[in-house]
Amino acid sequence: MTLDSLLLVSAALFAIGLAGALLRRNAILVLVGIELMLNAANLNFIAFWRFSAHPEAFTGVLFLLFSIAVAAAEAAVGLALIIAIHRHYKTANVDRIDRMKG
Amino acid sequence: MNFALPAFFAALSIAGAVAALSLRNLVHCALALVLAFAGLGGLYVALGAQFAGLAQILVYSGAVAILIVFAVLLVRERDEEQRHPIRWSNSLSGIAVAVLVFIAIARILTSDSSLHRAAPAAPSATIRDIGTMMMGADILPLEIIGLLLTAAMLGAVILALRERNAVKS
Amino acid sequence: MTPVQTADQIFVLLDQWLVSHSPLILQPLVAAALPVVAILGLFPGLFALTTVLERKGLGRIQNRIGPNRTGPLGILQPLADGVKSLTKEDIVPYAADKIVNFIAPVFLVIVVFLTFAVLPIGRNMVLANLDSGVLYFFAIGAATELSVFMAGWSSRNKYALLGAMRAVAQMISYEVPLLLSATCAVMTAGSLSTVAIVAQQGGFTGIFPHWYVFTPWGFAAFLLFMIAALAESNRSPFDMPEGESEIIAGYFIEYSGFKFALFFLGEYLGMFAISGMGITLFLGGWGAPFSFLDFVPSYLWFFIKLFVLISVFIWIRGTLPRLRTDQLMDFAWKFMLPMALIVLVDAGLWRWLAPGAARWAITTLIVLVPYIVLGRAVGSGKIEKRSYRYAS
Repeated sequence: MTLDSLLLVSAALFAIGLAGALLRRNAILVLVGIELMLNAANLNFIAFWRFSAHPEAFTGVLFLLFSIAVAAAEAAVGLALIIAIHRHYKTANVDRIDRMKG
Repeated sequence: MNFALPAFFAALSIAGAVAALSLRNLVHCALALVLAFAGLGGLYVALGAQFAGLAQILVYSGAVAILIVFAVLLVRERDEEQRHPIRWSNSLSGIAVAVLVFIAIARILTSDSSLHRAAPAAPSATIRDIGTMMMGADILPLEIIGLLLTAAMLGAVILALRERNAVKS
Repeated sequence: MTPVQTADQIFVLLDQWLVSHSPLILQPLVAAALPVVAILGLFPGLFALTTVLERKGLGRIQNRIGPNRTGPLGILQPLADGVKSLTKEDIVPYAADKIVNFIAPVFLVIVVFLTFAVLPIGRNMVLANLDSGVLYFFAIGAATELSVFMAGWSSRNKYALLGAMRAVAQMISYEVPLLLSATCAVMTAGSLSTVAIVAQQGGFTGIFPHWYVFTPWGFAAFLLFMIAALAESNRSPFDMPEGESEIIAGYFIEYSGFKFALFFLGEYLGMFAISGMGITLFLGGWGAPFSFLDFVPSYLWFFIKLFVLISVFIWIRGTLPRLRTDQLMDFAWKFMLPMALIVLVDAGLWRWLAPGAARWAITTLIVLVPYIVLGRAVGSGKIEKRSYRYAS
């Protein structure tokens, strides 16, 4: 596979994640869209690492591992936030959660 | 064969992503997301990063997807499918933004000729090299990630904890 | 080759003979498919034997005879069970989610079969010598939780969903000590490849083998691994999700006929797979326990160890009462996780100190003292003298 086709796949995933994060009204699906965008960026890392001049220096893979760790932490905190908000507002629809004071 | 396997996994992950963001039922979305992550993991393995692909499957499909499933089950309203359907007429602007972003990136990619190269030989990837790098040159990011994960774990637990003296509203 | 070596490598030689005698076009296909067919035939056969063993064994523990009608000593019971499950009506509830309902048992069995690919059954007998075999095993094994959830959710049944959520919570809680104790063995062996880990445990000092279970940290890690393995396969005493006396079959309550049999198969195969991984990581894989027993073929040693572990699982099932969900989670997070971390540090110390009596003493103390302290702290408090009341 050539580099530009891999990058096109990553761009497509990013666009799909962006569309989902903008369109869906459920807070969890917005988070899903964000996770997909992160995954698209991870695919970019691996694609550029594989096609680089020195793939035996595993910089791309290490970047990917750290990115996966950060994304997992962010998903955990985001979902905990959504659960806490649901407990208060009784809804997870982002259109309804529009006031700062509880 | 060099093209078929990565193409298959890429198609699988794109299909899973589209399904994850357009299905009506939230649990179906979460399961389609598992497919998308697994497709990406397979793509990494097909590109020669075996450790990365398996770590992706372990963390994303095996943990983040299950987190999302749990959250979907805990955050349910009655008749939520009837109350908040996707009205495609309202979502035209969102889809337009996403399509524009994709077209912009695609134009940049196809116009840059330095990106049209084929892959060099696959690196003789051993886990030992990754470990040596992680414990040698990249020890600082590793420790910071450890701190970050601990903080995230504690934060998530505190956020989701029931307040003991909360007034039932 | 000497006769002992030929007996040891008989299946490898058989495989090579069959591949070389098949038409040239088909040779890659035959070479790839033959070990897969062997695994697909062998482990379900083992599953059939295990069901008989379990029912007879549990029966004897509970002071009754198990099945004894079908065949001598009930050996043909799995055949009867198979015929029954194939001919039973396949009931799908009206409100159930049909696609997910169908996929759940199939996904479970596929995933569990995939995990058998990295287990070294004998010398040179591993299906896929992956560089990160242990990681592959646990990554694919994490997907079994998804199938449990899919089964419980798709039935649209309160009790099934409750069982599924409890099962998934239990499985993810016990995955952490499982992975940490596996990491101890990986750390000492210096490789994630299962073949390399078995090779590292292959030496003998005198007549005693270099298995990791015979070191203080290895023994503790093996115990942690096996307890977590029991919890991962939802077996007693951790079978609250499928508690037979409470929520009847828990997450697969709405399944009947062959799909139920597939769940059963998947659960037992998962038990075999994780026991196999425990044998690979701690019990020296296909290695012989004493150096003078080296003439026995390697695959026989693997299956003897597997048989011993499965018998211990059945014994535990018949003996210990079930743990409640909160007791289960307490045990995982408050006892097993700290112990797993301490054992990890201990394994590192073992590598770092010089071999000798001091190393043994220090590492044993580091494992033993927290075990006693944590056990008293997490447990229910005072340990009373047991009293018996007999009928007068």
